[in-house]
Amino acid sequence: MTFRPEHELHKRRFSRNLGLGLTLAAFVVLVFALTVVKVKRGDPMQGFDHTFQSEPAPQEDSE
Amino acid sequence: MSDIGAYQGATEAPHEAGFGDYVQLLKPRVMSLVVFTALVGLLVAPVGLHPVEGFAAILFIALGAGASGALNMWWDADIDQVMKRTQRRPVPAGKVQAGEALAVGLGLSGISVVMLGLATNLMAAALLAFTIFFYAVVYSMWLKRSTPQNIVIGGAAGAFPPMIGWVAVTGSVSLEAFLMFALIFMWTPPHFWALALFMKEDYHAAGVPMLTVTHGRKATRAHILAYTLLLVPVALGVAMTSIGGPFTLAVAVVLNAWFVIGAFRIWRRDEVMAEADKYAVEKAFFRVSLLYLFLHFAAFLVELALKSAGLGGW
Repeated sequence: MTFRPEHELHKRRFSRNLGLGLTLAAFVVLVFALTVVKVKRGDPMQGFDHTFQSEPAPQEDSE
Repeated sequence: MSDIGAYQGATEAPHEAGFGDYVQLLKPRVMSLVVFTALVGLLVAPVGLHPVEGFAAILFIALGAGASGALNMWWDADIDQVMKRTQRRPVPAGKVQAGEALAVGLGLSGISVVMLGLATNLMAAALLAFTIFFYAVVYSMWLKRSTPQNIVIGGAAGAFPPMIGWVAVTGSVSLEAFLMFALIFMWTPPHFWALALFMKEDYHAAGVPMLTVTHGRKATRAHILAYTLLLVPVALGVAMTSIGGPFTLAVAVVLNAWFVIGAFRIWRRDEVMAEADKYAVEKAFFRVSLLYLFLHFAAFLVELALKSAGLGGW
């Protein structure tokens, strides 16, 4: 079995696929880093964990 | 069978774009200016932003600018093919199909706006969406081909990045953000009209109603001087705000004197003089205009550093 020599078209296609792959990988890393930053800082969010949460309940007036 | 089999008899396979061709769609040189001005807007804002959020904000503002560049290349492919300055862009050069440019532009517009909103705030995302709309629809599709004021109003699109950078941090527009916007907005017409003076045949051949084509070169020279003079109070004004200081004011005075002298020299010349030295004064003014904007925004950063050392600011 013989391999056909690589056409110039394949090189261009490879550069495109590689570029897109690296871009997507960088995007995933960035979204992960953003998520970590926002979660650690405790930006407004409400997790659902099957337990009663006191925050949504109306606050009782202390006076 | 081979995916290139159909082309093997032909002398040249049809061009299939490489990754670099798609990057060129985003106008990387324009993006570099966007990145710089947006970064300055973000850094000089009174409150801080986490470095990761700051990086994401700059990245998605730049991506949004790139997306509007791709949409512009899709719409203006016919003009770009005629003008020497733009003939090598990916669409007129046949490297990327016009439909691909549209898809890249729309896709990246959506990603950049949504991600900027998630990374920072909705106000910044809304401003970025408006900027893309303004550049692609208001400037490219409407003004560019219909009025000699195209550059004046369209310049707003390039002026938004520092304001978006500021809003990404603070969540609202303030005087400082507005004046940074105004600085680029007022700078754009003299910058592009100087280019139009020495790229003389390009706009004419493409039928773009630049001021040089509709009102002649003498009127364009007068307009350059008028807008350069109008730019002075804006540049001095921004130096008087909370992001300025004595250093910024000194830089603004020197830069504006330099710019006004250049505009005055352009105004005094006629076409015979310009032809004689191959538009040397106009080309020099264009180069100075690039330096003018860069140094103005760099001065805000230096002032910020001086302030943190207890030396700068009012």
